[in-house]
Amino acid sequence: MVEFKKIVEVGRVVMITYGPDAGKLAVIVDIIDHARALIDGPTTNVARQAMSFKRLNITSMKVANLPRGASSPVVAKRVVDQKVVENFANTSFAKKLAARQARATLNDFDRFKLMIAKKQRRNIINREFAKLKKQN
Amino acid sequence: MLHEYQVVGRKLPSEKDANPRLFRMRLFAPNPVIAKSRFWYFLKKVNKVKKMSGEIVNVSEIFEKKNQVKTYGIWLRYDSRSGTHNMYKEYRQLSRTDAVTNCYQDMAARHRVRFGSVQIIRVAEVKSADVRRPYVKQLIQNDLSFPIPHRITVKESKKNNSTFVAKRPSTF
Repeated sequence: MVEFKKIVEVGRVVMITYGPDAGKLAVIVDIIDHARALIDGPTTNVARQAMSFKRLNITSMKVANLPRGASSPVVAKRVVDQKVVENFANTSFAKKLAARQARATLNDFDRFKLMIAKKQRRNIINREFAKLKKQN
Repeated sequence: MLHEYQVVGRKLPSEKDANPRLFRMRLFAPNPVIAKSRFWYFLKKVNKVKKMSGEIVNVSEIFEKKNQVKTYGIWLRYDSRSGTHNMYKEYRQLSRTDAVTNCYQDMAARHRVRFGSVQIIRVAEVKSADVRRPYVKQLIQNDLSFPIPHRITVKESKKNNSTFVAKRPSTF
């Protein structure tokens, strides 16, 4: 059986994927039932609210030492102390999102530059590959 | 979505009784009009006061803070197709109104009972030690955690959804 790494639990950092708060980070403060959790994001401008797991993306990060049903100031303190938002930027999920964002904001000239850069990379790799082929 | 109202009413003052007794009721209803209607419905069942000879003194909404998950016990009575039943149910919600709304939906789903044939007797917060229903019991465990293995990713807004896509959705 595969061991799940991203589980729903109190303190789990989630990203909201739907609605006006889409793209913001929040923390699971309490689990309401199998479909919903109480989330809070006092430092990321997310109001304390119930939200369905359908609208949440569970990340690999967790806020440690968060009691169940913790109040907003406690959540804010833990999130700031443990540098959750800063550490999140280093996760592969955040990097992927940033890359996607960067690609989406490219203009035509940027895409042209990207094409040139890719060509150059291809050239270097092919040259080295040909060298190795000759050796054998 | 239901709201909680406090309705106060009395019999109209007459020569016989210049200061009639006031009756206060806390009700769950979608709007104040239905709250007043339910007030008379319940009041005339227990007291000799009816709408024709009475008046509503005050209707005010009761608001609640929604910042903590609680378990609510709901005692209710409902008329089914074959008889009248009493029931006790438990719901995990953020507020009394949420719990009662959930209860009405649940009764409609499980027993096909409409709003008019359900009477909420009592709504109370239940301490975790007093929880009776196994469905709720498993949600109040101390170190509750579970994975979500079957996921369908949603777009930020419905307007970004496309009806036809080239790829089948991946659910994990």
